[in-house]
Amino acid sequence: MKGILAIYRRELGSYFVSPIAYVVIGFFLIATGDFFSNILEILIERSFMAQMQGGQFGAPPAIDVPMLVIRNFAGVITTIMLFLVPMLTMGVYAEERRRGTMEMLMTSPISEFQIVLGKFFASLTLLAAMLAPTLVYHAVMARFSEPAMPWQIMWSGYLGVFLLGASLLALGSFISSLAEDQINAGVATFIVFLMLWTIDSRIRGSSTVWTEILKYLSILQHYDTFAQGVIDTTSLIFYLSVIALGLFLTMRSLDSMRWRRA
Amino acid sequence: MIEVEHLVKSYGQSRAVNDISFRVEKGEILGFLGPNGAGKTTTMRILAGYLPATSGTARIAGFDVLDQSLEVRRRIGYLPETPPLYPDMSVGAYLAFVARIKGVAEGEVAKSVEDAMRMAVITDKKDELIKRLSRGYKQRVGIAQAIIHKPDVIILDEPTVGLDPNQIKEVRSLVKNLAGQHTIILSTHILSEVEISCDRVVIIDKGRIADIDTTRNLAAKYKHGERLKIVVKGNEPGLRGLLESLEGINQVEIENDGHGQVGALVESAQGLDLRAPIAARIANAGFELLELRAVNLSLEDIFMRLTTKEEQEVKAEEPEKVEETAEAVEKTEEAVEPEKVETAEKAE
Repeated sequence: MKGILAIYRRELGSYFVSPIAYVVIGFFLIATGDFFSNILEILIERSFMAQMQGGQFGAPPAIDVPMLVIRNFAGVITTIMLFLVPMLTMGVYAEERRRGTMEMLMTSPISEFQIVLGKFFASLTLLAAMLAPTLVYHAVMARFSEPAMPWQIMWSGYLGVFLLGASLLALGSFISSLAEDQINAGVATFIVFLMLWTIDSRIRGSSTVWTEILKYLSILQHYDTFAQGVIDTTSLIFYLSVIALGLFLTMRSLDSMRWRRA
Repeated sequence: MIEVEHLVKSYGQSRAVNDISFRVEKGEILGFLGPNGAGKTTTMRILAGYLPATSGTARIAGFDVLDQSLEVRRRIGYLPETPPLYPDMSVGAYLAFVARIKGVAEGEVAKSVEDAMRMAVITDKKDELIKRLSRGYKQRVGIAQAIIHKPDVIILDEPTVGLDPNQIKEVRSLVKNLAGQHTIILSTHILSEVEISCDRVVIIDKGRIADIDTTRNLAAKYKHGERLKIVVKGNEPGLRGLLESLEGINQVEIENDGHGQVGALVESAQGLDLRAPIAARIANAGFELLELRAVNLSLEDIFMRLTTKEEQEVKAEEPEKVEETAEAVEKTEEAVEPEKVETAEKAE
């Protein structure tokens, strides 16, 4: 535990002494803020239209703006995360290798498990720090929300987004543990995420046996159930499995450094 | 404290470490001497638990480096070839981090950091960022990192490389201070360094131990006779003639600088002091005697003898080695004055 904490503290500190964390969080907030107001605007407009049509044809208005905002916004966050997570994870292990500090960590009385977990928790903390300010957007919306803001859906939506982000961090860290330096790690991670994204958008809307299987395997699909207010056990287990797999592979990769030529 | 038996490390076909065995007693300083690429770093990495050996065993304080890696890692301090530093951390924060991952109790972290900084003479740099430190200070932070948890065994891979002469002196005295309470293995390719700091020397070449002994014993073992250095004002054939006609001379090496000064390195039978007869003959020949002194066999000469022997065998297959040998011969000649060589090394 002590070892994990020591690694965690150093890792978190290292995020904040370099400009990367500030740039990533800053950009993330600007982009999400812009998208949020955009989504809100469009949906409000649509609900007015629906109301007017409803007035004409006598049907009641059927658009729940806050809920749709939450759902669409979750989609926006995940897409932006695909682009930003590689920047956060690229250096995690690749830099340690390049600097030679990996050799020190590996010859210290701490296990690979402690190293990997310490680093992962630090990146989760950064992810939380990135997501937390966006809650303000929802708070603002809630003030003017009619019907009342569905807080439960928002929280479960954020849980889904957080789990997806954690999965991406675990995968990105694993790729970083394989790479020679952080540029290679960053590029490789980015390409892998881009592929996940391409495959995911290709299979959306299609429903053959194969696309259904791919849908189940796509990490970009599972947050959606959360964003609809359902904490789906399948999706929960799916994300936890991806995270566990990523961390496990990272540990094996660190262990293999001992066996490969350094 | 350290027992290494038949250690082998192969990378594919090549063997970086080939059947190495040695022991180090508690409190001893063992020098690892060898040219670059001889297998020093690989051996140290195996001892530190960073690389597994292909075969053979290594035990530190009774624990196997492979099977009881964590126990071993608790008891060693290790300075790799490049000091493992985080450039964006301050010296104090970095050392506190290392203390924690080395298992120093939370209440003693601050004290360990203070002690290590005092030992490595970097107390005044506590709040400085590591990236702003000079090469010498970085190296010392690296050493502080290796001793922070007061390990039984300290492994230092080339601790003085890249330092200036004053810093080298400081690192040496630091190593001397650590001896006694700690067992130390240090590697170097600078010969005078082992002579000054180490109790015993392992000479390693192409992954094999060429010899292992105290510096004094090594000198005695490889001394085949008495050696004299002579410099005269005169001509070369004359000097050669009068030296070679002397009884008991085994070998004469002439060195002509072309400006009237001729030097000679003479090897004679063991126990024979030819200084007086040589001086007399030189005077008789009408040469001016500028220098005449006995030369001790330096570690460098021993090293050359042990390592060039093999090099000549492989010369045919590896033409680039020839150049190295030529360079090495140059060095042997300079070895008469070890201090000079040392400064030349540092200047690099």
